[in-house]
Amino acid sequence: MEKEKQLYTVTVYTENNIGLLNRVSAIFQRRHINIESINISVSEIDGVSRFTILINVSEEQMKKIIGQIEKQVEVIKAYYHTDDDTIYQESCLFKVKSDLLFEERQIQNIIKESNSRIVTVNKEFFVIEKSGRKNEIELLYRELKPFGIMQFVRAGRIAVTKEPMEISKMLEAFN
Amino acid sequence: MNTETITAKVKETITTTRISGSEAVVRSLIAEGVDILYGYPGGAIMPVYDELYKFQDEIQHVLTRHEQGATHSAQGYARISGKVGVAIATSGPGATNLITGIADAQIDSTPMVCITGQVGSHLLGTDAFQETDVISISTPVTKWNHQITKASEIPEVLAKAFYIAKSGRPGPVLIDITKDAQFEELDFTYKKCESIRSYKPVPETSNESLYAAAKLINEAKKPLVVWGQGVILGAAETEFKAVIEKAGLPSAWTILGASAIETNHPLNVGMVGMHGNYAPNVLTNECDLLIAIGMRFDDRVTGNLETYAKQAKVVHFEIDPAEVDKNVKTDVAVLGNSKETLKALLPLLNKNRHEEWHQKFKDLYKIELEKVINNDLYPVKEGLTMGEVVKEINKQSGGKAAIVSDVGQHQMIACRYAEFNETKSNITSGGLGTMGFALPAAIGAKMAAPNREVVAIIGDGGYQMTIQELGTIFQTKVPVKIVVLNNDFLGMVRQWQQLFFDKRYASTEIQNPDFVAIAKGYSINAKKVTKREELAAAVEEMMQCKEAYFLEVSVEKEANVFPMIPTGASVSDIRLS
Repeated sequence: MEKEKQLYTVTVYTENNIGLLNRVSAIFQRRHINIESINISVSEIDGVSRFTILINVSEEQMKKIIGQIEKQVEVIKAYYHTDDDTIYQESCLFKVKSDLLFEERQIQNIIKESNSRIVTVNKEFFVIEKSGRKNEIELLYRELKPFGIMQFVRAGRIAVTKEPMEISKMLEAFN
Repeated sequence: MNTETITAKVKETITTTRISGSEAVVRSLIAEGVDILYGYPGGAIMPVYDELYKFQDEIQHVLTRHEQGATHSAQGYARISGKVGVAIATSGPGATNLITGIADAQIDSTPMVCITGQVGSHLLGTDAFQETDVISISTPVTKWNHQITKASEIPEVLAKAFYIAKSGRPGPVLIDITKDAQFEELDFTYKKCESIRSYKPVPETSNESLYAAAKLINEAKKPLVVWGQGVILGAAETEFKAVIEKAGLPSAWTILGASAIETNHPLNVGMVGMHGNYAPNVLTNECDLLIAIGMRFDDRVTGNLETYAKQAKVVHFEIDPAEVDKNVKTDVAVLGNSKETLKALLPLLNKNRHEEWHQKFKDLYKIELEKVINNDLYPVKEGLTMGEVVKEINKQSGGKAAIVSDVGQHQMIACRYAEFNETKSNITSGGLGTMGFALPAAIGAKMAAPNREVVAIIGDGGYQMTIQELGTIFQTKVPVKIVVLNNDFLGMVRQWQQLFFDKRYASTEIQNPDFVAIAKGYSINAKKVTKREELAAAVEEMMQCKEAYFLEVSVEKEANVFPMIPTGASVSDIRLS
């Protein structure tokens, strides 16, 4: 019986070590789970990395995966959250022909209404940046598509939780 | 202490020596108490071998005939002694040959440290000669791994490696050291690792969980314990026995849990799982409380999960939180080290006997005895059975031997019928099912426990996967006893083909060589037995022999192992024929 799947944001605090990405992603791979997006960055704590991984699984599966992530030696703590538990954003860049900006007035309206911004303009192209929810980005994509998008890229989700995570306390307790 | 001695002490502890990275590797191993390591030299690890040559009075290197043999020897060493086994190999093929043993150690929670040489750091990623990315390859099958490119990292990383390998739920660690880091010099001091901030080897035990577990055990009318290797790894044999004896708990074991208590203990009701005993499998689906201790509900143990112990409440004593609720949903999970949790549980338990419930195990045992066991152990038909060979080994070793088995029919028979009276006596490849495990593992086990009788029981298929380790026995003169139960088939696969593939014996019939001649080629005492009346004398000769001994027994060609839970069936649908 297929258990009900939903989107979860997995947050993993880790030591900053070479090879840890392999070790964490292998846990998803061996269960044949596709990672929707992944972002690795510094965190609020010096020397501690933060993975933000988006996956679509059942809660039962989610719990088992968290256990297997947490038992990795260099993982400090792993959490999972639903969209309701987090404040999250994704961001993207569109590269579009500069002519359009002047010839198609509508593009300027689209930029304004979508709360995106122009990062750079030169003779050949201009670049629009947009941060927001995935559906907002998808809407902007659909709106710009008819004019011709030279390049498009969307970054992985980043998210902070509504509840505190208290990693610092955990690390202090160790010291 | 006066000031002078204090100053001297401080000096002594902070004094560093300028040595090469390769010497640091060997000194670190010695500092960790390693007395034997198994390996195979090659280009990228030569500097370390050069140091092993210099330090040969302090640390023994055993040259195996293949790197896989080195890992299994290290595993055998670890499994019988509880210490960390060490294997060493060169880069490239040397490193990849370790992988099977590492995967085996990972799934069977065996503490092992593997050291591999790597090409010089300036060559990393260039497809240099004998370069493989062993860190990536080994990541999913190691508890931890790390590549060293600077000599100064060596002592700290090796200290971490040993700490991680043996603490908490043990496992294999691989350390890859570039050749330049082996040549480079460092200021050497060694400090054992005692903690890592991101790593919590033993989870905290909550008192509530202990009380809840005790309550369920005290209230249960039909409790059943299934214990696994966690009892042995936690050195909790005494505490475990005290718990089951006080509460009168019938207790069954997983393959890796075997020997934690003696085979003939009145509360020992046998093995669970696919070829386990009839009573504990059937009664798993009748008990009202299943008490799992240091085991992980492997699919070979549970059969179909949808029909596994659904009527029972489940208490799970476990060191690895990721195992809780992984396969079987628990009502109470008691996290922690089995030695500590069982010790804390004991005073909370009421004395009990559960006599009626025990009678059920006895009744079902009788059925298994008549339908299966008697035929295995006291056969009347002409062909020799694997069971009677194991029985003869029990008899002549006084039930004191450590049994190292390979994988397949003979393994199930060995585990079912071997008599254990001492812990850490059943050394076998459980989770991974690695054919070829037994011969090299027996070498490691005998070296770690020279005073114990070590008998390897191997099938004719698995034997030939690592048969070259006879060379290691020849060179080291390690007095292991090797019994090959030869049915000229890959027996377990053949059994499945018979039962589930209409007897289409695809590639399971083996044309075997003259095993006795091969053993003799290595100057190993060797004999072949084909008749029942020769068996006792041959086993006696083997057991009396002070040197290594090879005994081949021709057994019935197409015998099957029963009982059996077919894949996907429920434990209570176990077949007796």
